[in-house]
Amino acid sequence: MNRLKNRSLVSITDYGKEEILKVLDIAEGFEENQRQKILSDYVIASLFFEPSTRTRLSFESAVHYLGGSIIGFASADTSSVRKGESLKDTILTVSNYSDLIVMRNPLDGSARFASEVSPVPIINAGDGANQHPTQCLLDLYSIRKTQGTLENLQIALVGDLKYGRTVHSLVQALSLFGATFHLVSPESLKLPSGVKKWIKDAGLEYFQYTELADVIPFADIIYMTRIQGERFPDPMEYEKVKNAYVLENKMLEKSKESLRILHPLPRVNEISEDVDDNPKAYYFQQAKNGVYVRQALIAAILGLKE
Amino acid sequence: MKNKRTELKVQAIRTGTVIDHIQAENTYRVFTMLNLEKSTDHVYFGTNLESKKLGKKGIIKISNKFFEPEEISKIALVAPHATLIEIRDYEIIKKQQVELPREVHNIVKCVNPKCVTNNQEVPTQFKIIRDHHGKLKLLCRYCEKTMSMSDVQFL
Repeated sequence: MNRLKNRSLVSITDYGKEEILKVLDIAEGFEENQRQKILSDYVIASLFFEPSTRTRLSFESAVHYLGGSIIGFASADTSSVRKGESLKDTILTVSNYSDLIVMRNPLDGSARFASEVSPVPIINAGDGANQHPTQCLLDLYSIRKTQGTLENLQIALVGDLKYGRTVHSLVQALSLFGATFHLVSPESLKLPSGVKKWIKDAGLEYFQYTELADVIPFADIIYMTRIQGERFPDPMEYEKVKNAYVLENKMLEKSKESLRILHPLPRVNEISEDVDDNPKAYYFQQAKNGVYVRQALIAAILGLKE
Repeated sequence: MKNKRTELKVQAIRTGTVIDHIQAENTYRVFTMLNLEKSTDHVYFGTNLESKKLGKKGIIKISNKFFEPEEISKIALVAPHATLIEIRDYEIIKKQQVELPREVHNIVKCVNPKCVTNNQEVPTQFKIIRDHHGKLKLLCRYCEKTMSMSDVQFL
C-alpha cells in the first residue's frame, strides 16, 4: 500500500521513519535513472508567493525530468494576491488547474492551512520560518548516501541553531534514527529548548559547544548553517556573531575519512572556498540530491511510485 | 458562649454561577476575559481570599449566567483549578471542576504575528501541551509555535 499517495507534505513530522525511508528509496531510483517520463499526463502548480530561486528551480527541474508540465508564479507580485485574493481562494482556484501544488509562502502555517482547503495534495516548499520538509528530506538523503545509513551517527550542527529551521527539522527527523547531536553555536544562538526536548524524548543525547574545532575529530556529518543578519532584532548582536564559525580546509586534517560537510546553501562566509575541492565537501552534491528527492516525492504523492 | 460568627465574604446569588478557586492573581483576568464588565446582571468579585487549596484565591459570582463549554474552556486556560458551581433558587444544582481541554478552537489568538491565522481568515486551533518544566503551553496547529499561558489573548 502506498502510504504517501494523495497525502500533503507540510511538516517533516507528518512522516514517520517508514515514510521517510520510502521517499529516500524512491529517490535512489531516480538517481540511477533520472529521466523517467512518468508525469507526462500531469500538471504541477508551483506557487511561490515569495522568491526562492534555488528551491523553485529544484522543483521545476524535478518536474521537467519527469516529463510533467508546470504552471504557476515566482512571486506574489505576479499573482492575483496583489489584487487582494486570499490564500484560500488562490489554492481553490489553482487546484482546478493542477494535480499537485508546490507552495512557498512567507506566512508561518500557510502550508498547513492550504493542505486543509486544497482538494489536491500540497507540498510545502517553505512556509515562513516554520517548515521546509523537502530540504530536510534531501539532507537525510545526503546523509544516508554518504554514510551508508541514517542510524546512530555523530551529527554536528553548527551556526545559527536558534532560528535555523533546517536544523530544527533535521533534529526532529534524525531523532527517529538514534543520532547523537553535537550542537555548536554562540551562546545567543543555542538550539531552542523545545527542539532539545525532541532529542530527550527520543532517549538520545546532545552535547553543546562553542568551538567548532572541538567536534571535527569525531563527527560523521558537519552541517554548517549561515548566521542570517535579518533574524536579529539588534544589528549589534549580529555583528558579534556573524563570522563566529568559518570552516577552513586545514581544520579538516584530523577529521574522519568518512566525514562529509553539508550546508543548506546559500553559503556566505561559513565555509572557505578552499574546502570545496576536499572530497569531504558535499554541499553542491547535496543540492543536486534535492532534485532526486523532489522527483520521488511528487511521484509517490501522485501514486506513480511506491 | 457566643455563637461562632460566620459570614459570606461575597454576597450569595439566587440564580447563576459561582467560579471558585481561581488563583488570586488571575481573578481579574478571568473577569475581563468573560467580559463581565459589560454584564447588566449582578456580578460579585472577590480576591485574595483565604484558601486551603491555593493559599489565596479569587471568587466570582455571576447572576443569571450559566457557561457554555467554550467559555468553560477559556476559564480552564486561565484558572485551571477553578470550580464552577451552578445555583438555582440559592440551591447548588451542579458543581464541577473545570477541565483543561486537549485542544481549543477559535478562542485564542496566536502570539506569532507571522502566523497565517493572524493574516488570513483562518480559525485558530491550539493543542494544550506541557513543556519540559511541566508548564502549560499552547501549540499552534498552523505555525507550530508554542506560547505561554501568560501570552494568551482571547479572540
